[in-house]
Amino acid sequence: MPEFHNYTLNFGPQHPAAHGVLRLVLELDGEVVQRADPHIGLLHRGTEKLAESKPYNQSIPYMDRLDYVSMICNEHGYVLALEKMLGIEAPERAQYIRVMFDEITRLLNHIFQLGAHALDVGAMTMFLYCFRERESLMDMYEAVSGARMHAAYYRPGGVYRDLPDSMPQYKPSKYKNETETARMNEVRSGSLLDFIEDFTNRFPTYVDEYETLLTDNRIWKQRTVDIGIVTPERAKQLGMTGPMLRGSGVEWDLRKKQPYEVYDKLEFDIPVGTHGDCYDRYLVRIEEMRQSNRIIKQCIDWLRHNPGPVMLDDHKITPPSREHMKTDMESLIHHFKLFSEGYSLPAGEVYSAIEHPKGEFGVYLVSDGANKPYRLKIRAAGFAHLSAMHEMTQGHMISDVVAIIGTMDIVFGEIDR
Amino acid sequence: MSGYYDDLADKVREHFEDRIEDCQVKYNELTITVAKTQLLDVCRELRDVDSFRYDQLVDVCGVDYLHYGKDEHSAPTWTGPRFAVVYHLLSVSNNRRARVKTWLDDERPMVDSVIDIWNCANWFEREAFDLFGIIFEGHPDLRRILTDYGFIGHPFRKDFPLSGQVEVRYDPDKQRVVYEPLSIEPRINQPRVIRDDFRYEGREKPTEKQSDA
Repeated sequence: MPEFHNYTLNFGPQHPAAHGVLRLVLELDGEVVQRADPHIGLLHRGTEKLAESKPYNQSIPYMDRLDYVSMICNEHGYVLALEKMLGIEAPERAQYIRVMFDEITRLLNHIFQLGAHALDVGAMTMFLYCFRERESLMDMYEAVSGARMHAAYYRPGGVYRDLPDSMPQYKPSKYKNETETARMNEVRSGSLLDFIEDFTNRFPTYVDEYETLLTDNRIWKQRTVDIGIVTPERAKQLGMTGPMLRGSGVEWDLRKKQPYEVYDKLEFDIPVGTHGDCYDRYLVRIEEMRQSNRIIKQCIDWLRHNPGPVMLDDHKITPPSREHMKTDMESLIHHFKLFSEGYSLPAGEVYSAIEHPKGEFGVYLVSDGANKPYRLKIRAAGFAHLSAMHEMTQGHMISDVVAIIGTMDIVFGEIDR
Repeated sequence: MSGYYDDLADKVREHFEDRIEDCQVKYNELTITVAKTQLLDVCRELRDVDSFRYDQLVDVCGVDYLHYGKDEHSAPTWTGPRFAVVYHLLSVSNNRRARVKTWLDDERPMVDSVIDIWNCANWFEREAFDLFGIIFEGHPDLRRILTDYGFIGHPFRKDFPLSGQVEVRYDPDKQRVVYEPLSIEPRINQPRVIRDDFRYEGREKPTEKQSDA
């Protein structure tokens, strides 16, 4: 009988645990992974090249579609790069709104990651629990921008409108009778801020529920403890950022270290891991959710007491109001020029980075003075993380590969771009 | 904050002397231009010398300057080399960033791989190879990464059309997907214009077109 040693296994691109379209070519010795070779690019849309053919503002919706689990944070990175080059800064109220929605997005992302990761290693219930909360968070997106996912809410010079005073209501249908809709509309009776505040009051108990289900769960610990260990030195060498770096015990968070917007005025802590395995990264993300909740509360408090503009009044960059546009000739010209030609950036290059839920999201922008970017490079955190796949899975069992993909928080929209 | 980068730029100039071509601070960002022959030495020292200690490579990015300064009404004004590779560095220990830029030949863009200095360069360099055709010498596994299996050309070069060169459809007779030359015409919705008269009052006028870059 011939003896088999290594054999090659093709995993994906259509596999529920592949988080989209990852094709993994695994070289196995029995059940032990010898070599992992991820093939990516199956979702490559050429966002960067497309952006080169459009005026700056028209690329904002593309940013939503990069990492489609943390939409608004991508926009933030892009908008900050534009603002840096234009030499403008958003009004303070807009900055608080941005920070608040960044943190709402962080919750969205971490909840999704948690649910998907737990589902991958066999905990179905977590997925359902997590999606329950995502519903409320997406309602916040919808209330403020009209879209549940791809918001296109940030603009250079602010956000495109202020927070609404009322929430959309549910209507009775043949599936939901009046008492049920009335119960659902109860939290929607006030403004968006009331709705968010209500959520932040409830949210810590939800995180407790997740922890009850997972933190001391025997199966969960068997599947994550000591899996995919990354030392702090290797984490830096491998270009890891965000929770992947913090899980390895490096205290690094751009919100604290290179604060942008109003993060330096807010109180929050950076959780770090000690061991650098999947379990530590899970704990880091859980704690980050609690900290995000804390930040959102502070933002609500500030926003309640400080009304003001949310967009700069510079109509070379931001559009004039509809009303002015209809009555004032100069505003009409501004409006027309802005939406047809857009604005030009001075020649030069900038790099701006934000602390995206997955790590460092950077935008490198080269301008030659035109109304379109000359070159736009998007630095996605997941790209660097996935490139460490081989090193992290080597020597692990094949079932651990799934746990490691889950802990990396892979979303192909940003990796393939 | 801003003063820090000016000091750092002085330190860089002092440390590397004539081994770097240029070192300047703009938008509060430090840009070091290096000849490609010096790239590995400079990068290694940027990583290891205590006052720099750039322990993380954040990004590697190719840039094609073929159409730089070209718009609807004028021809490109660019006279420098066509390709550049831009490295973004981050120092976690010192909490600083830097950008290293190196210019490449037009015909056969080649540069040494920094993979031994920062291991994460692997995929970033594969990406720059795939999209721009920049060859990284010493890279162990320089394959295409983002484009399709069997793709021809380097799609992010400026002379590569936005709509590509081939299109695919399912052929019911052959019962497979076939590749065909493109049937659609490129279309420009908004023309590209470069505004020299910088219209925003009270803001810094952009410098001369060519000198800045």
